[in-house]
Amino acid sequence: MHRLARQVAKISIILLLGGFLGATLVRFAPGFGVDEEDLDHRLNQQSMQALRESRASESLGAFYFHYLTRILHGDLGTSRTLQQPVRKLLAERIPETLKSVALGLTLGWTLGLALAIAAVMSRNWCVDLFGSLLAGALLCLPAAALAILFVIARAPGQLVLGLIVFPKIFRYARNLLAHSAALPHVLTARAKGVGSVRVFLWHILPVSAPQLLALAGVSVSMAFAAAIPVEALCDLPGIGQLAWKAALGRDLELLVTLTMIVTAVTLVANSASDLAGSSLRTREA
Amino acid sequence: MKWARIAAIVLLAVISIACLGAELFAPASYAHQFRDVPDAAPSRQHVLGTDALGRDRFSRVLYGTRVSLLLAPSAALLSSLLAAFIGGTAGFIGGWLERCVMAATDLFLSLPWLFLLITVRALLPLNVAPMTSVMITFALLGCLGWAAAARVVCADARSLAQSDFVLLARASGNGGLRLLWRHIFPNLKTVLYAQFWISIPVFILTEANLGILGLGVAEPLPSWGSLLRELESFSSFSAQPWQFVPLVLLIVVVSCFHLALSREEFSV
Amino acid sequence: MRRHLIGLVLSVAIILCAATAIAQSGGQLRFCLHSEPKTMNPVLTADDSSETVRYLTGGVLVRLNRLTQQLEPELATSWRVGAGGKTISFKLRSGVHFSDGTPFSAEDVAYTVLQLMDPGMHSPTGDSFRSGEGKTLMQVTGKDQVLITFPAPVVGLDKLFDQVAIMSAKSPQKEMAVLGPYYVAENKAGSYLLLKRNPNYWKRDASGRQLPYVDSVRLDIQENRDIEMLRLTRGEIDFINALDAEYFDKLAAQAPGMAYDAGVSLDAEQMWFNQVANSRLPAYKKAWFTSVNFRRAISGSINREDLARVVFRGHARPAVSWVSPANKFWFNTKLQPHPFDQKAALQTLAQDGFRLESGKLKDRDGHLVEFSVITNAGNKYRERMATMMQQDLAGIGIRLNVVTLDFPSLIERITRTFDYEACLLGLMNNDLDPNSQMNVWLSSSETHQWNPSEKTPATAWEAEIDKLMRAQASTLDMNKRKQAIDRVQEIVWQEEPFIYLVNKNAMAAVSSALHNAHPVVLRPQVYWNVEQLTLDTEVAKKR
Repeated sequence: MHRLARQVAKISIILLLGGFLGATLVRFAPGFGVDEEDLDHRLNQQSMQALRESRASESLGAFYFHYLTRILHGDLGTSRTLQQPVRKLLAERIPETLKSVALGLTLGWTLGLALAIAAVMSRNWCVDLFGSLLAGALLCLPAAALAILFVIARAPGQLVLGLIVFPKIFRYARNLLAHSAALPHVLTARAKGVGSVRVFLWHILPVSAPQLLALAGVSVSMAFAAAIPVEALCDLPGIGQLAWKAALGRDLELLVTLTMIVTAVTLVANSASDLAGSSLRTREA
Repeated sequence: MKWARIAAIVLLAVISIACLGAELFAPASYAHQFRDVPDAAPSRQHVLGTDALGRDRFSRVLYGTRVSLLLAPSAALLSSLLAAFIGGTAGFIGGWLERCVMAATDLFLSLPWLFLLITVRALLPLNVAPMTSVMITFALLGCLGWAAAARVVCADARSLAQSDFVLLARASGNGGLRLLWRHIFPNLKTVLYAQFWISIPVFILTEANLGILGLGVAEPLPSWGSLLRELESFSSFSAQPWQFVPLVLLIVVVSCFHLALSREEFSV
Repeated sequence: MRRHLIGLVLSVAIILCAATAIAQSGGQLRFCLHSEPKTMNPVLTADDSSETVRYLTGGVLVRLNRLTQQLEPELATSWRVGAGGKTISFKLRSGVHFSDGTPFSAEDVAYTVLQLMDPGMHSPTGDSFRSGEGKTLMQVTGKDQVLITFPAPVVGLDKLFDQVAIMSAKSPQKEMAVLGPYYVAENKAGSYLLLKRNPNYWKRDASGRQLPYVDSVRLDIQENRDIEMLRLTRGEIDFINALDAEYFDKLAAQAPGMAYDAGVSLDAEQMWFNQVANSRLPAYKKAWFTSVNFRRAISGSINREDLARVVFRGHARPAVSWVSPANKFWFNTKLQPHPFDQKAALQTLAQDGFRLESGKLKDRDGHLVEFSVITNAGNKYRERMATMMQQDLAGIGIRLNVVTLDFPSLIERITRTFDYEACLLGLMNNDLDPNSQMNVWLSSSETHQWNPSEKTPATAWEAEIDKLMRAQASTLDMNKRKQAIDRVQEIVWQEEPFIYLVNKNAMAAVSSALHNAHPVVLRPQVYWNVEQLTLDTEVAKKR
């Protein structure tokens, strides 16, 4: 309970810090406060000046203070680029991204872990080579090309995420499991005639579990990061696409909120994996 | 599998020699535009055809390989070393330091680094040499790409720190730095190899996408990333299979790196 | 017997006509928007996607027929421009209602114009009417008559009303109550908009049937042009309004009947040098860029024919000046594109003391001639043009560095910090009347790109352009206006503040299932006559 409370406190502080740092990066990046309207030759001088003034923003500290005050009242502000309340945009798009990420992670982990286990337990270099070549090929294929292949095949674009995450899961999992499989206690178990399944479940997996759990936590943020180009390319209306549009439009309100959401997801996923890992270690001890 | 490893090393050597000797092997300059034959099919004059501006694709692949083959593994090495140092040290020491470092890593993973890259572009002069621009790009990628691996490395280092051989080493009088250097870091290789191997193609593709920020390789210097961008169009899936040569080459090189590095795993 | 036979034949004919009529109605038209519309308020429309929604839903007083380029009555049955362009009176169509049933009257016109001309709205459409200081006066002289008086003459006043979608002064739905063929029924953010036929649309066809023929329009938000193209070939969408050169050729090879090239458009691709006096450029570079000889030499060293042929696959032509040849009345036919002549370019440069040394160009003080050109990343045609220019300029010893930037960074450099040397961008022109580009040519304007917001004109020729543009804006005499615009084109051709490269062709793709589509040069190229478009029976039935 005490540990859980500490984790919640840690998450809250990092969340606030993440939001502030994200706001800083956006606020001081070039192109902040400009708009395509600046090139619209139909606008006269007065309109141009007035529009520029309306885009001129308060200082970073003041912005963040007002932003946090508004959040406490449930008001996430209005997106400058899409002219809609941020809350409404997120409510419409988060389910799409969660669906994509869930599907993507399921596919990525199923394929990656299954292939890694097959490579390690079969002790067959062909299986290992096949997995490595497949993972290598998918890593090398640009996300845009993958997205187009899926569109041509009329497959759901969300699965592209799975193919982007799979090579990384496979590579890490395969190396971790192979390393654990080469440990002396595993060789002893094998020599004593313990079956493959038992060897894997009782001797290999527990040793690799903490690292695999850490990988699981990290894969969530990998999937979210991959969601941005995939949603932008496949025109899936999720928060990844929203983040890309917000980045191109330097939409501070939206970007700070999205940064905090991604930070929260990353922290929760990694904290959960840390907690699971440490309870595993406690049990072993 | 020894033969596979040898074959991979030989192939890597051949590719490296070919691209280092690009001036000898390339039939034309990578920049010269044969404007009468844009998007041409392979022929005697242009072995892999020409691109949309009539530039010889084979020459561009050779020169592009030189850029990417040198810089992507360097950036991947940098990110792996950073992951090893940060994650390894945090996992080994443990306690509040580990918690702080991992919290910082999580924060690092979540921030929109796109804006840092945009800011870097703004700070660079517009007339920076293409090679300088691409080196800066890969250096940045190396500095930013360590966080995901650091978490896994940290978990690995934590397990290692509690393992029997480390306890034995401690009991034998080995102190912090020596333990870290002689016993922890060498055993992090499995995760670091994975990180290194994954980072190469990821950085190559990311470099291509950074063109949208003005970073990455500037025209007319080619790179694998810029060559792979030709595939990001529906039209490339129709009648021009020779456009896939850079992709095939990248897959071959990445696979060779994998085979060359992972010798222990094939004894499983 | 004969009577029965005639009756039978007539009945069959009527049934056939009715069947044809039924077949011509119904179904759902589908095409893509490349971004989400920023606003549904027709007064504030500035981006392409919002403009599409405005065109499909907005009822206008007069409509410029995109095919004939003639103004036609719409909600106004007649109109009259008076007082030298200061006033316009409209006689409105009676018995018209908004989509929610609210009756349409002169009050709605007055309300709309007031909204449009409200300085607080900063409407781009409204600013097109603003030719002088002062208030715009509305006079409702009857239920169906309205007189609008502007503070100063407005050139092309009647044509400007093609962009003004009338809003209801009384409807509780505000701007969502419309007079156009469709209304917005559903808006799924980031995904699509569904427009349904306006049940109260006033227009009917020759046989008296209410328009539009197609029941609904679905606008999918699709940024990826490759996927848009794929969807067209699969029959998932019915047309692509603006097709790129590369896709045009692919489509023409696959399905020749679907690809349309309407000829040269009003759009231009151009490059300009930074001539802002207080920019951070070194003095020697400022000297280069402000020298007309330098600009002419650069212009003469660029092979425009190659740009049109290689980058645009022949679907473009070398540009001449700021008015496209597609604009038949206003284009100055005496001018020709600058020829590609590097020898002449070097001679021109020699006049300013430039010289070639070991294949590299140096200025009179020995500085190597090297500069960068920025353009927006993601536009592969501009990236290719810049790369081709790189080779062209290398031919006269100049090193050109191509820098692609994300759009906000680029806009910041060219409008705020002026931290750039040369810029390659395009001008999208929707208006035939060159007065719409007033703010590009007036030296005091913010959008006078090469040297914005000049307190006084920096050069004599800019002063002359200012005078000529103001003169043509203050008269309705088309001959005088034509003379002034011709002279401005001539000055621009000589001084080259913008180096015009190519005018692209207007290309579109139309599915064979869509009928009555006649792609044209003016936007919107395909759906300009949306109420007349019909779908194949089978396609209409499926949707």
